[in-house]
Amino acid sequence: MTATAQERDLVVIGGGPAGLAAALAAKEEGIDDIVVIERNDELGGILNQCIHNGFGIHLFGEELTGPEYAERFVTKVREKSIECLTGTVVTGLTSDREVTAVGQRCGLLRIKAKAVVLAMGCRERTRPAINIPGDRPAGVFTAGTVQQLINLEGYLPGKTALILGSGDIGLIMARRLTLEGVKVQGVVEIMSYPGGLNRNIVQCLNDFNIPLYLSHTVVRIHGKERVEGATVAPVNSRREPVLEKSFFVPCDTIVLSVGLIPENELSRMAGIRLSPTTSGAYVDENLQTSVQGIFACGNVLHVHDVVDFVTRESERAGRNAARFIRSGLPRCEIAVRPGKNVRYVVPHFVSGEQDVEFFLRASRPMGSSVLYIQPDLRQVRQRIVKPSEMISVALPASVIARAKSSGEMCFELEERGSGR
Amino acid sequence: MLEPKDSLGRFDILVIGGGVVGTAIARSLSRYRWKVALAERMAELSFGTSKANSGIVHAGFHSAPGTLKAELCVKGCLMYPQLTKELDVEYKQNGVIMVAMSDEEAAKLHLYLKQGEQNGVPGMRFLSGDELRSLEPNLSDGVVAGIVAPTGGVVSPFELTLAQGENAAANGVSVFLETEVTSMLVQDKSIVRVNTSKGSITARLVINAAGLYADKVANMAGDYSFVIHPRKGEEYLLDKRLAGIVHSTIFPLPTPVSKGILVIPTVHGNLMLGPTAEETEDREDLSTTFEGFQQIFAMCSKMVNGLSPSDLIATFAGLRPASDRDDFVIEPSDQVRNLINVGGIESPGLTAAPAIAEMVVEIVKGMAPDLGLSVEENEGYKPTREGVRRFRYMTDEERAAAIAENPLFGRVVCRCELVTEAEIVDAIRRGARTLDGVKLRTRAGMGRCQGGFCTSRVMKILSRELGIPMTAITKRGGGSRMLLYRTKELLDDDSFDAGAGLKAIGGDKAV
Repeated sequence: MTATAQERDLVVIGGGPAGLAAALAAKEEGIDDIVVIERNDELGGILNQCIHNGFGIHLFGEELTGPEYAERFVTKVREKSIECLTGTVVTGLTSDREVTAVGQRCGLLRIKAKAVVLAMGCRERTRPAINIPGDRPAGVFTAGTVQQLINLEGYLPGKTALILGSGDIGLIMARRLTLEGVKVQGVVEIMSYPGGLNRNIVQCLNDFNIPLYLSHTVVRIHGKERVEGATVAPVNSRREPVLEKSFFVPCDTIVLSVGLIPENELSRMAGIRLSPTTSGAYVDENLQTSVQGIFACGNVLHVHDVVDFVTRESERAGRNAARFIRSGLPRCEIAVRPGKNVRYVVPHFVSGEQDVEFFLRASRPMGSSVLYIQPDLRQVRQRIVKPSEMISVALPASVIARAKSSGEMCFELEERGSGR
Repeated sequence: MLEPKDSLGRFDILVIGGGVVGTAIARSLSRYRWKVALAERMAELSFGTSKANSGIVHAGFHSAPGTLKAELCVKGCLMYPQLTKELDVEYKQNGVIMVAMSDEEAAKLHLYLKQGEQNGVPGMRFLSGDELRSLEPNLSDGVVAGIVAPTGGVVSPFELTLAQGENAAANGVSVFLETEVTSMLVQDKSIVRVNTSKGSITARLVINAAGLYADKVANMAGDYSFVIHPRKGEEYLLDKRLAGIVHSTIFPLPTPVSKGILVIPTVHGNLMLGPTAEETEDREDLSTTFEGFQQIFAMCSKMVNGLSPSDLIATFAGLRPASDRDDFVIEPSDQVRNLINVGGIESPGLTAAPAIAEMVVEIVKGMAPDLGLSVEENEGYKPTREGVRRFRYMTDEERAAAIAENPLFGRVVCRCELVTEAEIVDAIRRGARTLDGVKLRTRAGMGRCQGGFCTSRVMKILSRELGIPMTAITKRGGGSRMLLYRTKELLDDDSFDAGAGLKAIGGDKAV
């Protein structure tokens, strides 16, 4: 009954915003034999629990809620009759694109695909990942788990919360908890600048008078059975806690919003090369990974802050997967490298044969800056630069082609007036 | 004598403590036709010290010849292959290596080699640093020599404890959970009645395997022959990505108080670093510390290459129930006629547990005539436990067959550890009542995302199977409730008017 693998043109792993956009784009490029595999019972991925608005400003020019944004794509996928297997988990992926999945309805499934798009998204960093000492009581949750419990299940973890980390989900949850009548004692951030988007600082904290403790961290969690409080301390310039200045914050719930990690376990199984900086795959301008015919997009590739960019990137992945199936793709031999003040640039390889939209992140907050792109020293002005806000730069093939001789492009950020 | 109203029953033997030792004893006792009860103060078996054990089956070269520790460790170690097979508990004989980081330390290795031989540890060898690195390429260049003991292994301490309890119950032992012994009625140097938080228990013989509280329990009977001095150990669990960095468990030379900080390839394929050893007076202190973290990574990185805190997925601490004696306390009380103390069972207690149980059964047999107990074999005794079907270890063919037979095997709940709804339902059928109970039995929530995605799904299954509301579900019993309210419950009636609600909330914020 497990017998032989079915042959399909395209398998998309993940039915969130990335996977749905990739599947739709491939369909538009004329690929009909597509299957989307989604582990949850519903399509839409994490958007389903993001009931706040602000999605779709770039793409649709309006502020949608997460479920509304997802619905636009789910409807299209249905209209186009793209097959979606929900409640189905991929358990295996090989470098020759054989996908193994299990589900209650489909049983065990083996598919040999001409191309695969990886769109598995990301997971949250946990308490151990940042190693907060102290007791291990109930009441310590990641922000996404709290979001799921409140918005999808209808339960509140407690009535007094402290939030560690000023990532977007943490900020959104500070507001959500407050609206539910939970007293939010504050948001604690180890860095000297917030981790989330500025609009979320304003709309989720300032509008509700929730204090933001920058350059602070939680040094101990208290409570034998249920959380009773946390010890918070300021940190010095080396981000080490200054314990003499620590103070106790009573709370019954601690919400962690301390970063996201692309879920690349399947990519590893397939032998795909991963970047230690993004924790996602190395990809070329076609979003193709180091394994031919396997593409990656969305948060499994690098963590995005705006879903509209996920959609745009994933459409490219879907289109290029379709091109790969039809006719193959050009080789990309120009290496793209992050220079001064740039943490990473995606994609990592380009050809110089087509226009490319680059996504990059600064490694530190900076004032008004200039982005220098080597080798032709093209300058792109940037307003205020923050690591939390991804920068996107579209370059025409003609400019990229100038890097062919050196085989390398480099992106650098320089604060204006710093003497270049 | 009259039964008190709150009686939980009249038994031949009461075992106090549902850790690895108490459950091993209860299971061994169930081979005979005695009516046995086991009382555990926590919500589930193994939730005390056993849960946080390092899971090492020690070969037996650490303890001095002639001690109970040495004798029962070597004996217990050799019982593990059969024990774990009978109970379907994961166990691997991966061997242990004790490494020396200097010539001075290397000289001391010979003492342990000799000690091991005296204790009867089979197959020990002395190897040079280079020989060791050919076996374990990730041992650091600082390792100058080591001894290898191939009979050492790893086991899941909580799975073993839960399995022993399950098998004991299947063989007729009455298991009482959340049943804390509070006092004893002693007359003529005999325990007449044991009072617990759930009611009283009458037994002809009481076996005290109360771990961290073994001295307190003995005191209740008027026995002050030993004192427990808890010693805390912190453990740091790393992502499975690092599986294979070492194959054997790597020990340093021991310190005066512990076997040192180890690098342990757990039976589940993670790497675990620890434990520390800190004396504490607080028997409930399970906190981890920044100092412990630093100490562990410093020590382990000396021995093994490629370890990094960025791979941490879980940290926890346990308390060793060490006593004021140098050795295990396993003996009939000299103060009370019907009490056997099994206390001070620190390392190598997990390894020794099956041998301790055998020893205790022999003591019981010797005392039986005086206690009016007859010694008859339980002919219905079944040493095997119904096997556990673990989806993550199945081949694709087995998975397909399992889903066809029970579609809940097709519902993956915990994706990090690949745990299906069928396994969670089975764990609840076997006795899981809490989130940790499900986690320890199935590994759901034990992987790299630490339950980020599956916590609410596991809670929903617990709620459905046990017929309890979501807000009643606890992490590990007692006051460890996960969810305290329904949404809207904290809002005043008029705050359903969004504007009013906002104002009310904004207004009482003090910054």
